[in-house]
Amino acid sequence: MIEFLPFLKNLLSASGLSGYETAVRPQIEQAWAPLTDQLSISRLGSLHGLCRGNAAEPRPSILLSAHMDAIGLMVTAIVEGYLRVTSIGGIDARVLPGQLVTVHGREDLPGVVASPERRLLPKHVTEGAVPLEYLLIDTGRLPAEVEKLVRIGDLVSFAQEPFETVGETLVGHSLDNRASVAVVTVCLDELKNRPHAWDVWAVASVQEEVSLGGAFTSGYQLRPSLAVAVDVTFANGPGSPSHKTFPMGKGPTLVWGPNVHPALFKAFKELAERLEIPYTLEVAPRHTGTDGFALQVVGEGIPNLVMGIPLRYMHTPVEMVSLKDITRAGRLLAEFIAQLDEHFMEKIMWED
Amino acid sequence: MMTKNNPEFRLPRIGKAQISLLERLSNACAVSGDEGEVRKIVMEQVKPYADDVKVDALGNVLVTRRGKGVPRLKVMLAAHMDEVGMMITVDEDDGIYRFEVVGGIDAWKLVGKPILIGKDHVPGVIGFKPIHLTDADERKKPVSLDNLRIDTGPVTGKVKVGDRATFATRFIQLGPSLRGKALDDRLGIATLIELVRTAPPQIDLQAAFTVQEENGLRGARVASYAFDPDLAIVLDSTPAYDQPTWDDTENTSYNTRLGAGPAIYVADGATLSDPRLVQHLVQTAEAYDIPYQIRQPGSGGTDAGAIHKQRAGIPSISISVPGRYHHSPAALARLSDWQHTLTLVAAALLQLKPDFLTTQER
Amino acid sequence: MKALIKKLVETTGPSGYEAQIRAVVRAEVEPYADEITVDALGNLIVRKGKRSEKGLKIMLAAHIDEIGVIVTHVDAEGFVRFTTLGGVRPHTCVGGRVRFLNGVSGVISMEPPDDLTKQPTFEQLFIDVGLSSNKDAPVKVGDVAAFDRPFLDLGDRLVAKSMDDRIGAAVLIEALRKVKKTPNELYFVFSVQEEVGTRGATTAAYGLDPDLGLAVDVTGTGDTPRRTKVRMQVSLGKGPAIKVRDGGMLADPRVIDWMVRTAEKAKLPYQLEILEGGTTDARAMQLARAGVPAGCLSIPSRYIHSPSEMVDYNDVQQAVKLMVALVSQPVELK
Repeated sequence: MIEFLPFLKNLLSASGLSGYETAVRPQIEQAWAPLTDQLSISRLGSLHGLCRGNAAEPRPSILLSAHMDAIGLMVTAIVEGYLRVTSIGGIDARVLPGQLVTVHGREDLPGVVASPERRLLPKHVTEGAVPLEYLLIDTGRLPAEVEKLVRIGDLVSFAQEPFETVGETLVGHSLDNRASVAVVTVCLDELKNRPHAWDVWAVASVQEEVSLGGAFTSGYQLRPSLAVAVDVTFANGPGSPSHKTFPMGKGPTLVWGPNVHPALFKAFKELAERLEIPYTLEVAPRHTGTDGFALQVVGEGIPNLVMGIPLRYMHTPVEMVSLKDITRAGRLLAEFIAQLDEHFMEKIMWED
Repeated sequence: MMTKNNPEFRLPRIGKAQISLLERLSNACAVSGDEGEVRKIVMEQVKPYADDVKVDALGNVLVTRRGKGVPRLKVMLAAHMDEVGMMITVDEDDGIYRFEVVGGIDAWKLVGKPILIGKDHVPGVIGFKPIHLTDADERKKPVSLDNLRIDTGPVTGKVKVGDRATFATRFIQLGPSLRGKALDDRLGIATLIELVRTAPPQIDLQAAFTVQEENGLRGARVASYAFDPDLAIVLDSTPAYDQPTWDDTENTSYNTRLGAGPAIYVADGATLSDPRLVQHLVQTAEAYDIPYQIRQPGSGGTDAGAIHKQRAGIPSISISVPGRYHHSPAALARLSDWQHTLTLVAAALLQLKPDFLTTQER
Repeated sequence: MKALIKKLVETTGPSGYEAQIRAVVRAEVEPYADEITVDALGNLIVRKGKRSEKGLKIMLAAHIDEIGVIVTHVDAEGFVRFTTLGGVRPHTCVGGRVRFLNGVSGVISMEPPDDLTKQPTFEQLFIDVGLSSNKDAPVKVGDVAAFDRPFLDLGDRLVAKSMDDRIGAAVLIEALRKVKKTPNELYFVFSVQEEVGTRGATTAAYGLDPDLGLAVDVTGTGDTPRRTKVRMQVSLGKGPAIKVRDGGMLADPRVIDWMVRTAEKAKLPYQLEILEGGTTDARAMQLARAGVPAGCLSIPSRYIHSPSEMVDYNDVQQAVKLMVALVSQPVELK
């Protein structure tokens, strides 16, 4: 079940920072084309893939959202051939010094993030915790060439190539959230030869990391009857508190809390238990910080679920996921969709 | 214009039945995202009077009571069913659980309090270290949520991860005052139920009993999108910080005062009330001789924050029964403020003419 | 154009209370408008042109509200306590003058500080309108006021309060006057309540559902003295700025390219702008309904959100030219 691996590794080698997802969208289009009846692009650039169901019209629909945008950096100034940058999405500046990056100028330029010498920084700055505005990117090219090839607003992505470790985990940048795009792709692949009553909208959304803009606008345009947001969640690991993290390799998480419709949670839980697909309960007391947070309040409201793929070291270039978790999540989604019938919406009642 | 001297006209009153209903509502447990207990009471109360009742995707109860005459304003009223509370996140065995707060509760309000957990209202406590085992330095530091735990006694299996918990306070009337948990916003809910029962004939009343106000005005957002009203009035609760200053100087940041009547919002952190609605409420109060106060502009927000930005914009205002000690185990409000709030909103609805929004730009 | 700017910046109109400034703008645009409407939140919406086959429905937004203050209490001795409307900072208030919507004027001062090295908090500030007690006070809880400073013409540089964003409104008014023919359906939106969270643009964009959205607002500059903050790469006098991103949104790359191409074709100066904090109506437009490709034409400005914001007059005039060039032709977004 690991045919998605080359596809996922390809995604991890593409840029596609928030707002600039055209760099990664074509790969997803290519993978989804044989798995969908129709592909279209939203006004903000999200990819919509439709798999028509076989029930009579008007058919209910379920929307699966996995954001395709990734965090990275953007050039704010060019100074003596060095680049100053700002962040796109949340990056802890302490992870940056020494990282290999790619500057997407008029051509792609390899670079390294440099923390300037202590003497060249203001007094209040602590070595090892240098704020982003003082860091520099060095491409090794001479200033005149940099001036020609790089402009304010150009993007910079992590250059870390993806690799597998023993124990079937994959390491790379942008596993947040390309791992979930793989999950949706696995689901579509499973559904290819399974009849299903409902329409399925697979959405590779844009700008989750900065505004949930893709989720809000695609949700509004498509107005599904149900929605599932697939995003990475915090896996147990060194440095992260155990009471806020979840086991990696033990299946996806199913989120429980105000951002999730309880009947939808229960339906997924029961299905996972029946099929013996392992999962972990993830309690989210306030918000989930995912596309699901937006989808739930689009229009007249959409019953939604959030499914998490446990991931270590989120928002660093060495994010890590278990490949098995991707397969399990994709399969659970496909099975859920396959058993949806015209009575399901009646079951989504608030039981009181 | 109808005034209180017109014998044909009777404004709703708070009597034993209304207080009894408020007691049921206050004692019910409904943390944001889990409003079922209050929803059930609301449904039972409004069904006899509603033309339409619907529970939407988030659990809002949307009630329509149509009026007569053409044209008619569609007036949305909103009150939120949810209260701030807690959610169990980790089972540490032996009846001890980690938890997080839902909505804004300061950690120091939680220590040493009895609580109720889950649908079965399982009793428990949030304990606190005995003073004997602390030192002076420690007692100077504020309590941190990370150190607190829910304790159901050394048993397992009575509650589970994901269960919600609330304060265990029972409602009680204390002379002129009412005390209970979640008066924010059960007072609004009780008021709204009464207004549905006594809806005036010349408007379409769209009553939204909303969910998840405390964690981001989320229910109101979709409810107002669905209703698409001409204007909205939100019934919430607002703090009264009307206590003496430590040095007996003038208290300039009281927000509202108990006994000074319904609090009309000109501005809060989420909404700049439509001035036409402010004027309407103030003029109505003065015509009917109802005391009122202006809630001090500042932070905080109500469902109006979500409602006024929906669709192409909805003129909105909030009005609250002032209460002390909101978002803590025991809130306190005055019966007279509640009565005046109910009267003022009922009168204001009655006085809304169909051309209210067209005679004057915002 | 200076007379227009002066008229706009010297009008009082804090967020939520834009009626007076809306009337001033309305008088300026009425002769040039095909259609004028005022929506539920008070946005002034001016249509020019009808969409032809090659045209787009374009929403242009400049906000007419300014930051201000609102009264929370008038104490026994007549001192007026207040809180803010929008991003007002304590250090720009002390010693400043304010004018209430009802015409009353006052000065902002502060309680004697315990620590002169710290910035005062708003709890330590108050407005003195010249009273000795609160009996018959001319202001009450809920009344609003804005900074009060006259427009100052330094030749190439113009200084006033509320350049943010009356200068944007001025650019749109001038552009409206100068647009002769256009294949596009243009909606000049003089929006409200931007300073408290782009609220007016949110509802206006929903109502219009445009194909393309462009805000006109101020942005900061990096050309003033500093000790520790790294310089922003925008300066006064180098032309209007094409926004790449700010604290709340990433401009649509297709819109950025269109703006750059148009500027280069028309041989107009421009700068590329990245603003670390703050956002504009463009963000609200981008997220409306099913999404709107959006961007922003920025007027570089020094000392934003102080009573003396400074812009370069040439930048402003170039912005008008660029705006007219942008909206007068078919738009190609690629």
